[in-house]
Parts: sequence; structure tokens; C-alpha cells
Amino acid sequence: MLEVNWVALGIFLALFGFVTWLGFASAHWRKGDLDEISEWGLGGRRFGTIVTWFLVGGDLYTAYTFIAVPALAFGAGAIAFFAVPYTVIIYPLLFLVFRRLWHVCHKHGYITAGDFVRGRFGNRWLALAVTVTGIVATMPYIALQLVGIQVVIGGLGITGAGLYGDLPLIIAFVVLAAFTYSSGLRAPASIAIVKDVLIYITAFAAVIIIPIELGGFGKIFAAVPAQKLLLAVPGANTTGAYGSYATLALGSAFALFLYPHSLTAVLSASSGHAIRRNAAMLPTYSFMLGLLALVGFFVIASGVHDMPAYAEGFKRFGNNFAVPALLLHSFPPWFVGIAFAAIGIGALVPASIMSIAAANLYTRNIHREFINKNPTNKQESQIAKWVSLIVKAGALVFILFVPTQYAIQLQLLGGIWIIQTLPPVMLGAYTRWFNDWALLVGWAAGTGAGTAMAIATKLTPTFPLAIGGFAFPGYTAVYTVILNLALAIALTPVFNAIGARRVPIDATVASDYHA
Amino acid sequence: MKQVSGKRRGWNWWYLLFVIQFAVALWPPFYNKAEPYLYGIPFFYWFQLLWVLVSAVLTAAVYFATDD
Repeated sequence: MLEVNWVALGIFLALFGFVTWLGFASAHWRKGDLDEISEWGLGGRRFGTIVTWFLVGGDLYTAYTFIAVPALAFGAGAIAFFAVPYTVIIYPLLFLVFRRLWHVCHKHGYITAGDFVRGRFGNRWLALAVTVTGIVATMPYIALQLVGIQVVIGGLGITGAGLYGDLPLIIAFVVLAAFTYSSGLRAPASIAIVKDVLIYITAFAAVIIIPIELGGFGKIFAAVPAQKLLLAVPGANTTGAYGSYATLALGSAFALFLYPHSLTAVLSASSGHAIRRNAAMLPTYSFMLGLLALVGFFVIASGVHDMPAYAEGFKRFGNNFAVPALLLHSFPPWFVGIAFAAIGIGALVPASIMSIAAANLYTRNIHREFINKNPTNKQESQIAKWVSLIVKAGALVFILFVPTQYAIQLQLLGGIWIIQTLPPVMLGAYTRWFNDWALLVGWAAGTGAGTAMAIATKLTPTFPLAIGGFAFPGYTAVYTVILNLALAIALTPVFNAIGARRVPIDATVASDYHA
Repeated sequence: MKQVSGKRRGWNWWYLLFVIQFAVALWPPFYNKAEPYLYGIPFFYWFQLLWVLVSAVLTAAVYFATDD
């Protein structure tokens, strides 16, 4: 039975209180007119290299990541380390593709991927597909951030039945919703600085102090069972674990920057230079994530899994309790408070940005496109603020009333769905060659096939693709986006031939894509 | 801003450094081994962590070598 850890709880609450104040106060930071959606929803595109570094880092490396990656290493071993090559791949993409998108979005005042696709391809239905995919993929991701908060609240010893037990989570989310509503993207940007500092302190303390307590890395890895230590070498006629590892890394990387919250953070940068510099600076977070993945092995070596004190936590949260249990076991209460606050605040930042991104999408690409074509600036930002509340309330209800497992599975599906927007968004940043209807058909096919394959594999990420007796188990998202792209390429000449339009619509010109 | 006629804007040979990052990161047979250990950490883990740092340096090199 977990006792309430009063010292840890006190420090946790103090830090939470501080970021709450910061969230509201940041409305005045680099002050802009928050009745404009580009001010509320993109922080006025005013963030320089350093703030962008904190913001993107705080946005992409979520609390759930810090809980789930070590938990996967603890449970499944080496395969969890795919998070490292995954983060190696994302930054060249940021450097090349998203710098171009930043320029074109800046030039045309686009604030979402839907805006860009609408302008680039002149097809509101394709833009709608990108928009709906973005919103639907984001919702379970927000819900998972709540799981991160839930786990640390549980770790602090606060448990209870029914509404009483859920009250801390509800309070955390009301606070989050309120400061997001009032300050927009400025709130998570300023809180990200606090969050990232706390996370770095926690991560480095964990990877330095815990190995010393456990008698060194040699002892830790000696405690890891052989089948978890390395990837299983593939047998004959299959790419085995190697294929899974590489496709998981590749697919996750391409999916990551297609998520609306990534683009929101990227577009809030003040210049293309800030983006390019960050492509070289952000890997510090990847390095930290890799170190944190090793914490999963520390858990194995420490034996906390078998200690009665943590049995209830593992029972309630499964392997997601591995990191909190190890922190509780290894550190004095005051530091546990800091570490848990880092994870809890680490959930607020991405959850806030995700809700803003979803709100921007709804406002710009559904409301303005289909409901009220000429909103005033004030109306537009007001709608976005309300939608950000609705999105978060939805995520909260989901976590309170639906088993956590569903949120995890939906998030998995979300990755498969969001990657289907790759051809219009990422390739669209380079070429207008594709026919918009062909892209739409490719998107529909990729989404349908991806969903069917995920269901066929009982919602596990990899699909056992077999061609002529040779097996290629790999990430479903990669296979289905290839199908999507193949269809888009094959159908482009067909649709061009039957289409009435001779000259494709494109609101952008080549010079919009660079400085 | 220089616009070299005939040369397609967007590709730069420095970007090959990105290809190297990708190729190594996505080829598990290259690093899926325990030996040699470094401070008790198997090669699989320390190499990939090292590769994050190498990739950051390569990306920085591309940043300084190319302009926007």
C-alpha cells in the first residue's frame, strides 16, 4: 500500500502552483493582441531559437514518452530503443521539409497543415481530410498525457475511489484548460522552459545516481535477461526484429512532425533560421530520451517490481509504474517531488499545445471553410479558445470513463492515420505535381488499409507482411503510407486526364518556400 | 540570395550528411551486438547514443555549410 508522501506532495504542489501562475502570467509575455488567432494560437510567430528549442522539446518529448519508453524497455527490452534512431531521423526532416513549410506558412499566414494544403492544392476536401485526421489523431494523444499525470499522482500515494480519486486529475486539467484559454501558445511556451529544466535535472540525476546505487552499468546489464538485451537476430526468410525496429523508427519519425502540435510549435518560430538551428540543437533531447530508456533496465536491476511496497502501483498502472516506482525507491522524498513534478508538468505542456493545434485546425479548416466563411479576427480566436476547452474536456472524459488501454490503442491508430497526410503535407512542400483528388484517394486507401491491418493484428504496431514466402514484419504506418503514395502517383495522370482543370490551382509560388 | 540558373533549388550535396545519419540509424545489423562494452554498457546502447551526438554534429555542419 502506498502511503501519501507528504514532502514529495508538497514540492509537487509548489511547482505545480508556480507553473499555473506562469501560465496565466505569460499572456503578457511578448505581448500581442490575443483576439487574433495567430497571436493566441501561434504566439504571434515570435519565438526565437532558444524559446523554440524549449517549446519544441517540451512539445515532442511528452510525459507519456518519459513513462512509456522506459516501461517498454523494462517490459520488452531492446526494441524500446527504437525511440533513439527515431529521433535521429526527425531532425533532418525538420531541417529540410519544415523549414520550407515555415516559410510558405509565414508568407501566406497559414497556421495549420489544413491551411497549407487548401492553398497549395485548392481542394477543400483534401484539406478537410488532413484536418480531420489531425484532430482525430491528436485526441487520444492528449488523453495519454493524462495517463502520465495519473501515474505520478498515484505514485504520490493519492488514491481513492470514484470521483474523489479522480479529483486531482480533474483539478490539473481545469488549470491547464484555463491558462491555455487565457494565454494561448504563450502559456505552454513559458511552462516548457520550467518543464525542460526539471526534466533534464531528473534525467541526469537518474542516470548518474541510480547506477551508482545499483553498483554500476556492468551489474545493471548483467541483470537484464539475454533475450531483452539485444534484438532477436532474424531467422531465414524474414527481416524479423530488424525490420520491425527500423520501420518503427522510420514511420514514427515521419508521423511525428505531421501531428498538428508539432507543426504548431514549428510555425511559432520567428524565422527559418531558428528552425534550422534547432534541427542541430534539439538532439540533446534525443540523447536524454535514450538515457531515460536505459532507466527501464535500472528497474529490472533494482528489483522494485517484486517489492510489496510498489505492488499496488504496478497492479493499477502496469509497467507504466516502473519509472515512478524506481524514483520512489531511489531518491529522497524532496527529489521525488521534483521528478514527479517534471513528469506532471511535462504532461501539461504537450496537452496544451495539442489542444491549441486541434482548435486551430477546427477553426480554420472546418468552421471558416464550411460554416462561417468571413469571421472577424475576434470571432475566429474566440472559436479556437472554446474548441481548445472542448477538446480537453473530451480527453478528460475519455480517460475517466474508458480503460487506459483504449487510449493507448487509439494513439497507436493515430500514428497510422496521421502518416497518411504525408503526401499532401510533406511532399506538397516540394511539389505540386500530384493531383489533389489522387491524393485524397491515396489518403482514404491508406487510412482504410491501416485501420484494417491494425485491427487484424489485434492493435499491435507491426504487421506481418509476407511476399512470396519471405516475411517483412514492420510498422503498419510505413506499409500503408507506401500504398497511399503508390496510389497517389498512379492516379495522378488518370485524374489529370479526366479532370476539367487544365492548370492546377496553387496559391503558392516556388519562391514562397525559402528565404 | 543566389539563384543559379539550371540548377534545381532545394538540393545541396551537403545533404548527403543526412543520408549517412539515416542509413546508419536504420540498419540494426550494424549495431545489434553486445561487444564491445563501454563502462559496462553494451555496444547496442552506447553506439546509438553516440550516433545521436554524431548526427547532431553532422546536422550542425549542414547548417553552417548551407544557407536558407
